[in-house]
Amino acid sequence: MFDVVVIGAGCVGSLIARKLSSYQLNVAVIEKESDVGNIVTMANSAIVHSGYDPVPGSLKAKLNVLGNAMFDKISDELDVEFERRGSLTVALYDEQLPLLEELAKRSKENGVPVKILTSKEVLEMEPNINKDVKAALFAPTAGLVNPFTLTVHAMENACDNGVKLFLREKVVDIKKEGDIYKVICASKNVYETKVIINAAGIYSEEIHKMIEPISYTLTPRKGEYFILDHYSDSLVKHTIFPLPTSKGKGILVSPTTGGTYLVGPSAEVTFSKDDVSTDKATLDDVRRQASEMVPSIPFNQVIRTFSGTRPTPSTHDFIIEFAKKDNHFITCSGIESPGLASSPAIAEYVVNEFVSKVLSLKKKDNYNPYVRKRVNLAKMSVEERNKLIKERPEYGEIICNCEKVTLGEILDEFKSSVPPMTIKAVRKRTRAGFGKCQGGFCQPLVTKLIAEHFNLPLNKVLYQFEDSYVVRYKVKDEK
Amino acid sequence: MIKKRLVIIGGGSAGMAAAIKAYELGERDILIIEKNAYLGGILNQCIHNGFGLHEFKEELTGPEFMTRFSKKVEELGIPYRLNSNVLNISNDKVVTYSNSQEGIVEVKADAIILSTGCYERNAGAIQIPGDRPSGVYTAGQAQLFVNCYGYLVGKRVFILGSGDIGLIMARRMTLEGAKVLGVAELMPYSAGLNRNIVQCLKDFNIPLYLSHTVKKVEGLSHLEKVTIAKVDEKMNFIEGTDITFDVDTLLLSVGLLPNVDLFNKLPIRISRTRGAVVNQAMESDIRGIFACGNVLHVHDLVDYVVEEAREAAVGAVQYLNGELKHEGHVYEVNPGNGIGYVVPQIVYIDDVKDKLSFKFRVRKPYKDVDIYIKEGDKVIKKIFKPAIIPSEMEIVKLDKSLFLKEANEISVYVEERK
Repeated sequence: MFDVVVIGAGCVGSLIARKLSSYQLNVAVIEKESDVGNIVTMANSAIVHSGYDPVPGSLKAKLNVLGNAMFDKISDELDVEFERRGSLTVALYDEQLPLLEELAKRSKENGVPVKILTSKEVLEMEPNINKDVKAALFAPTAGLVNPFTLTVHAMENACDNGVKLFLREKVVDIKKEGDIYKVICASKNVYETKVIINAAGIYSEEIHKMIEPISYTLTPRKGEYFILDHYSDSLVKHTIFPLPTSKGKGILVSPTTGGTYLVGPSAEVTFSKDDVSTDKATLDDVRRQASEMVPSIPFNQVIRTFSGTRPTPSTHDFIIEFAKKDNHFITCSGIESPGLASSPAIAEYVVNEFVSKVLSLKKKDNYNPYVRKRVNLAKMSVEERNKLIKERPEYGEIICNCEKVTLGEILDEFKSSVPPMTIKAVRKRTRAGFGKCQGGFCQPLVTKLIAEHFNLPLNKVLYQFEDSYVVRYKVKDEK
Repeated sequence: MIKKRLVIIGGGSAGMAAAIKAYELGERDILIIEKNAYLGGILNQCIHNGFGLHEFKEELTGPEFMTRFSKKVEELGIPYRLNSNVLNISNDKVVTYSNSQEGIVEVKADAIILSTGCYERNAGAIQIPGDRPSGVYTAGQAQLFVNCYGYLVGKRVFILGSGDIGLIMARRMTLEGAKVLGVAELMPYSAGLNRNIVQCLKDFNIPLYLSHTVKKVEGLSHLEKVTIAKVDEKMNFIEGTDITFDVDTLLLSVGLLPNVDLFNKLPIRISRTRGAVVNQAMESDIRGIFACGNVLHVHDLVDYVVEEAREAAVGAVQYLNGELKHEGHVYEVNPGNGIGYVVPQIVYIDDVKDKLSFKFRVRKPYKDVDIYIKEGDKVIKKIFKPAIIPSEMEIVKLDKSLFLKEANEISVYVEERK
């Protein structure tokens, strides 16, 4: 019997679990995927918005600004790549200038420090921006974050502090008997709990409907992106936005903590929540719009395109509330942008404003907010690296050539309480396979490492989803 | 810091051939750095035959071909490091590598030859439309799995791209019991060698769809369907030409790209080949840093890689002996009508010993064509070819005496006979 079951292990579910792990509670997280952060968290712009855009007074505005401010501390505790680079929202036409003023006003209301820069100032900061730029809104608190390690490390920290994570468990029904919720999974496993937190991302609507009719809907809105390789010239140093429209914050050009660049997303309503396909016409449009802001984007450096679905709520705001019929079911729904930036604040908000109303929260004496620090070879001197390699030779052996990931760094991840079980999971944790050859060289090696660690035959190693085997048959195997 | 006269990065066919040639020219202070646990590079997984027709006048498998070179390296006692990955080359030729035995090692080199080969264009690079399931591999990756690991990636296979590895894999997968449903090629002609079209597709009744490409990949988890369609001259899909295949595997053989990362942070220009701009000695913009093999431009035959590696070795030894003067008359070499690229791009003619070769590819197939090599507005060489295709690299060897030293531009172009 659990005190709390969190459904969904994206960045929101993982950070809620971590927050709960600081209290004397018995907590489980149930996730249908083979890894944490596999769906909505997997495909976004990897930025911590400053908070200039959400409507003042909305939950989005409040939690974005609070969440943004938490990132220095949380990235230190969770050993997550985070850089407060700042963002520039650019006006390319004179008629956009009033909009920029309006955004500046909105920023003040939201409590976000911003400054309107002249064309000259913008071009000094970002020489690759369109020379016709009229002005830009500079938001220095915006940042870049690695959403993968944020989620993995948050869950690892939660598990290290006692949370139980159950992967590949798809919730198919929820029943209440007396004061007890029974969370029923496709595997026929049943998890009993006093409180449920619904953090099921794009599927939070379906989970909520398992206990009551709901008044909101989530529309899957697809965003398609390009990833460009890290190459010698710096394209942009800040996140570059166009002016927002009713469809969203628009197509951005941004560096990432991994040194690559993101260009996107599009914003198309799609019919299926599972639809993360890309198509040429949409990507051509992304390319055209992005090139208007930054004309010199080297699209011959594209190493991957991807798309993700965002759970766009009919309410236009995050939906964080008790179920109408029962305050032991707390829903976190419609967490679209700025969800990543807000996620640490969402976790605080859910626990402080909701869980605390139904469970008594006593601090754990031995709670440790720090995740095990990863070896950061890039930040080490040659002498330090050699000292390490002498003790642990696997840090000298490079597995991923493009991203220079060592065997030691991959083996380290297997020791985590949330070890990578798939090719994609290794990528997310170490960047092995994230580079220009997209695993062409290292994927066979990584497949072998996973097989060896989990004592599996090679043809049982998954790429990401169920049935996504990397290799399917043994040679000369008739079956 | 260790000092070495010549550091060769990459111990595949190019690296080994360069090392052996440099040794034969009298250079003794050589180090080969290889990332894999063995010398020979990608040839280790190419177990089909057809290697060495020019070099040894016989048909060898990849491992046989490379073993002849690795044996020679051993015999001559040329030092090499395995499992060693080069992290950086500095402007002043300090090569930093890493391995588990020695840790991070810095070597100050007098000359460097980069022979790191190429990598395969993948689904990301070609922005393949549709879902992103597992079951989509580069042909080389599937080749490694089947030939070195003993696993088949799937049993119902479609192949995009008619590059040689794709054709070889069509045959290989068929021989291992998989069904290859077809090969689609974007261009109206094949990207592979003719002999491979015959021996790998025709002999196995595998259809080749020219002017077709993948329109959609489907499968939320693993690959389920691939739809191809015909394209017009502007590469737009033609309505009503869709063909859908139920497959569990899509292999991509859509081109190779020079693995030139180590040059990225150096003041070295990159050419149309996506390898470095080089002069007649295979020397880059930094004096004493050379490149050869597939890291310079992608070759269709390993025999040509070996030949080019020897040119780079000759250049490196010239450099080490102070014989590369970079003085006198200099040419810029440009591709003209019908030509995709020419290597080298720069020629210091006075540094050429006796012969100079130009390597190039045409942009599309030609029949009854004259290849012209022109200095300024004077034709210095004209060669007739009954047929010429993009998948086969052309090599033209010219005597030094043909060069007039009047103009500073050399252009290579083709003209069809009417």
